[in-house]
Amino acid sequence: MSDYLDDRLAPRDRERLEDHFAACAHCSEYLAQLRVTIDALGHAEPDSLSDEAMDELVALYRRWRDDT
Amino acid sequence: MVESSAPTLIALASWRVDDDGELVDRLRAGDESAFVALVAMYQPRMLRLAEATVGSRAVAEEVTQDTWLAVLRGVERFEGRSSLKTWLFHILLNRARSAARREQRAGRPDDAVVEDRFDSSGAWATPPEPWADRVDDRLLAADLAARVQQLLPELPDSQREVLVLRDVEGLSAGDVAGLVGVTDGNQRVLLHRGRARLRQLLAADMGKGSA
Repeated sequence: MSDYLDDRLAPRDRERLEDHFAACAHCSEYLAQLRVTIDALGHAEPDSLSDEAMDELVALYRRWRDDT
Repeated sequence: MVESSAPTLIALASWRVDDDGELVDRLRAGDESAFVALVAMYQPRMLRLAEATVGSRAVAEEVTQDTWLAVLRGVERFEGRSSLKTWLFHILLNRARSAARREQRAGRPDDAVVEDRFDSSGAWATPPEPWADRVDDRLLAADLAARVQQLLPELPDSQREVLVLRDVEGLSAGDVAGLVGVTDGNQRVLLHRGRARLRQLLAADMGKGSA
């Protein structure tokens, strides 16, 4: 199903799977849950950068610049 | 706060990946504001990826500092054959893996256990409890995005790495196979197992009605 969602199946396999989804509520629910999971991953925001962390990295940049 | 970072952060709102090349040129020319812009864009993602690999925020911060130093030293040699993001992640992952070895982090091996969805006749052993429909609600969707991030540490290392690079960071299958050091086929297997495992963990949450 992962390959199906990434559009990596041959057209005939894709069609067969879609026919099955139409007939099988469990499989189509599972597919919908996988979609929700992947979508949630795509919206997972990293922790934002603190001012202190930025200051530390700028200090690192200036040390590097002054050494070269 | 650095004097130049506030306008940079505002400018970031309209930043696109295409502008990476321009930032790299300015970094080579010794423009500090280009460094600030790159850090603002990539440090949060780099820290997340490092933490996923080394398992500790403090060690992950050291790894990202080493990475930025390597970027400054190596930016002259960056030829743009890969995207800047892929190049940064490549440097980062090498350092994160060394750090994980140094810290003697055991890690979670890929156990290859896939949940038993089907019985011997090929029918569903335990059919999924329906909950996907409930996720249309926008608030719930935002909760899920935060929840999957919390659940990522539960995955075996190799599955988590592939999942973060593919589904969170949106890198191509080919780039991820190269970064993780596996074949394209293995990359697909790890991606599939990681997604299946994460769905299972989310389903357990949804069953409790708490996700």
